[in-house]
Amino acid sequence: MSTTVEPTRPATVRRATTPRTGGSRRRRWRLGEALVPVFAGLAFLYLLVPVAYTVAFSFNDAGKSNLVWRGFTLDAWRNPCGAPQVCEAFANSLRVGVASTVIATALGTLLAVALVRFRFRGRPLVNLLIFLPMSTPEVVLGAALLAQFLSLRVQLGLTTVVIAHVMFCISFVVVTVKARVASLDPALEEAAADLYATPWHAFWRVTFPLLLPGIAAAALLAFSLSFDDFIITNFNSGSFTTFPKFVYVSAARGIPPQANVISSFMFVLALVLVVVFQVVSSVRAGRRQRG
Amino acid sequence: MSIATVLGEGGPQAATPRRTRARGHLPLLLPGLVYLTLFFVVPVGALLATSLYVPVPGGDVGQYQPALHWQNYTDALAKFWPQLVRSFGFALMATIAALLIGYPMAYVIGVRARGRRLLQGLMLVLVVAPFFTSFILRTIAWKQILADDSFVVSALHWLHLLPPGGRLTATPFAVVCGLTYNFLPFMVLPIYASLERLDARMLEAGADLYASPFTTFRTVTLPLSMPGVVGGTLLTFIPASGDYVNSSLLGNNTNTSMIGQVIDARFFKVLDYPTAAALSVVLMVAILLLVGAYVRRSGTEELL
Amino acid sequence: MTTTAPAHPGAASASAGAALELAAVTKRFGAFVAVDDLTLTVPSGSFFALLGPSGCGKTTTLRMVAGLEQPTDGTISIDGRDVTGTRAHRRPVNTVFQSYALFPHLTVAENVAFGLRRRREADVEARVAEGLALVELGHLADRRPALLSGGQQQRVALARALVNRPALLLLDEPLGALDLKLRRQMQLELKRIQTEVGLTFVHVTHDQEEAMTMADTVAVMNRGRIEQMGPPADLYEHPRTTFVANFLGRSNLVPGTVVERLDGDLLGVDVGGARVRVPASRAVRDTGDVLVGARPEKVRLLADGEEPAPDENVVGPGTVTDVSFTGVSTQYEVRVPGLGVFGVFAQNLSGRAGAALGDQVRLAWAVDFTFGLDGRDDAAEGLADLDVEP
Repeated sequence: MSTTVEPTRPATVRRATTPRTGGSRRRRWRLGEALVPVFAGLAFLYLLVPVAYTVAFSFNDAGKSNLVWRGFTLDAWRNPCGAPQVCEAFANSLRVGVASTVIATALGTLLAVALVRFRFRGRPLVNLLIFLPMSTPEVVLGAALLAQFLSLRVQLGLTTVVIAHVMFCISFVVVTVKARVASLDPALEEAAADLYATPWHAFWRVTFPLLLPGIAAAALLAFSLSFDDFIITNFNSGSFTTFPKFVYVSAARGIPPQANVISSFMFVLALVLVVVFQVVSSVRAGRRQRG
Repeated sequence: MSIATVLGEGGPQAATPRRTRARGHLPLLLPGLVYLTLFFVVPVGALLATSLYVPVPGGDVGQYQPALHWQNYTDALAKFWPQLVRSFGFALMATIAALLIGYPMAYVIGVRARGRRLLQGLMLVLVVAPFFTSFILRTIAWKQILADDSFVVSALHWLHLLPPGGRLTATPFAVVCGLTYNFLPFMVLPIYASLERLDARMLEAGADLYASPFTTFRTVTLPLSMPGVVGGTLLTFIPASGDYVNSSLLGNNTNTSMIGQVIDARFFKVLDYPTAAALSVVLMVAILLLVGAYVRRSGTEELL
Repeated sequence: MTTTAPAHPGAASASAGAALELAAVTKRFGAFVAVDDLTLTVPSGSFFALLGPSGCGKTTTLRMVAGLEQPTDGTISIDGRDVTGTRAHRRPVNTVFQSYALFPHLTVAENVAFGLRRRREADVEARVAEGLALVELGHLADRRPALLSGGQQQRVALARALVNRPALLLLDEPLGALDLKLRRQMQLELKRIQTEVGLTFVHVTHDQEEAMTMADTVAVMNRGRIEQMGPPADLYEHPRTTFVANFLGRSNLVPGTVVERLDGDLLGVDVGGARVRVPASRAVRDTGDVLVGARPEKVRLLADGEEPAPDENVVGPGTVTDVSFTGVSTQYEVRVPGLGVFGVFAQNLSGRAGAALGDQVRLAWAVDFTFGLDGRDDAAEGLADLDVEP
């Protein structure tokens, strides 16, 4: 999935910085094109300012509420579980995230393989069934599940939250893995069968390793969706508290800086993981090019 | 590989009918289908049923019995149509804003940064990584950054860009900004994915034929990135129209309430399940109609 | 339609029996009949080619033999064992896929070892080394397939199939992705390997030259049926349908009517007022409307006043409408009024020019090389297909 496209833009970029020829309209556009990166930079700033704010306030010497800057301290970082419930909520979110990711990734991958590799009657219907949860607002999904749980008098808690998260993650997994399956030569599985591999072996020795990047991306996406979900969780959790729910509920009386610590930690962790992944894959790609 | 490749999916389906097998799909399909049936189709059915319930005569608050009380819908719509309309209005504004901000970002990552893998990767990470900081915490951060006594608001007052007594939080503007902010990555990633797939030679051919970069963009780049644009706008508009976190954290509870807030309150504060369910059904149907019309108009059914 | 490959002398003596037998095999995709009641036998040890334009059903036939597709009707036997219901991974058959289908995540050696490991065979390493040596790729064993050239990938695919010593090796357009020069080289190489290992090869191709170069027996397929089957030279010199006449090389086909039977078992045929002779043994019917055929290289231009030999058919005069010099030969197009355009390939033996554009010439060819086809067939059948390259 990584691109190995040669740099192709220098010509245009050069043209953009030498407004010598052409009419005024063209010159105006060149200016515009030069401004695109500036604009994008501002957009990145917009995206990251609240993250920076969150990280900064994890070092705040907060009193009762973490609203105004009172001075630098490492207290919250030294004792991230210092505030009541915060680590419990975080642990709950991890549990929910991992469980939902595993189940949704497994179910979604199977669906994706079936949808790309097989033509069967009712295929459009299955596609629709996968598309619908994505095109339904969370509040409706949450309310619908809650209505069902209420009518069945199901006790709300970890299980119901995981059920709900798996439900809305499956579609995203299917869409992600589908792209990867579609890019695989179907002859590869046939070649495996031709070389005496049972369907089971063919899947684990050939299909699965080749789908792995797509499956990993899907799992990462599912985890991030689950970990950060609030609305559906809020509907189906009862007294069970996840990290986003903890933050939302404590917003009224003041969010402890420990919440910022945990968020900052997750942000940095994600950053490091993805950077490592990028570097590894680009090194590998480089090695491949050199032969 | 990256999460980005993900959302803007819709690539060519390589398989030709001959190459696909005819049987053996059931074991793969069944687990997922059963799951989605049990926990999506049936709940939506339960929601439909609940939307027609009536209170148990003489029962406690929150006690309802099955009925076919269609009036729940007219009552709910008569009472809450402003919130419903406002939700779609806010979501539309947020989607347009996210498109205007997100397209240049995606363009810079997917086209301008081509060949500079590390830069490209870094920018993608910056788009994706906020996912891992709680979005509620980030929304609250906005609330504090834009608070009445904040540096930003003081500066705007000092510059006379904000009238005396004017504020940024607790306004419709703040809610739309929050929605835009929260769903921006969902706009950027699909557009990036479709731009990244775009063949560099096409851009060159475009530049060759039209010379002007703007014409190239309008006639080549933009049309080819339409699947990403459609995907991104859907992934922004749909969750934005049902969201209530932004309106409750950044709004003022009078002229910023969105339908999600109403549904939430009906469910948990008033225990008025039928109204909440009826509003949910209305929201779902309205979005499906809008999305269906939009997808058909933009001619990207394949995207689904 | 029942067709049995005439036992090739070499193949038949090498090992008796049939490596592959298809009996009344039919494959339908919905309403489309891809393979239509196909019966054929491939003798053990032979190099068999299924030749035809794309969409003629040859690849579907191959896939049914491999077990990747189930026939709608009929039975398939390999080495005398009915495998019709057997799934692909249980058949003693290996395939070289058109796209090679090398596993990109495995090295060349691991690719070649794949089948051996699945069958838990002994001496995997040694046999992999042997297989790679056979295709002269031992030095690339640790590479990933993506780093190999097209020709090298092709050899890996071949080695990966051969090391399993299958009862039947299937080749699905294996040379299609290679450039012309490499394709020629690989044709010889494949033939060498087949002779060396002595396995039965079934080769699917749309390239008539490829089929004729390598195969002992060629079956020409069209619209799900076998039009004609036999040794390449037989098919070329003695086509029995217009499709074969046009698809396998070029033919001059002229409509005519059988008017008499002559001594020496010849048919006298009237073509546009002229009289030509066709050996009855080389004609598919001996009465009524026929198409009289002659290969372009068999036809020669008669210079002004030159008399044809007694055993030659003569038509013309006609006008030379095109002359193209290819080095080895010169190709002429001659329009004969009432008969149409004739192609004439003249060997460049003397080094001097033959006819020039616009010249009036007569055409002559030996009666023995004349063939007669069914006049009700479409004389253009198989022509358009020549342009189709997958």
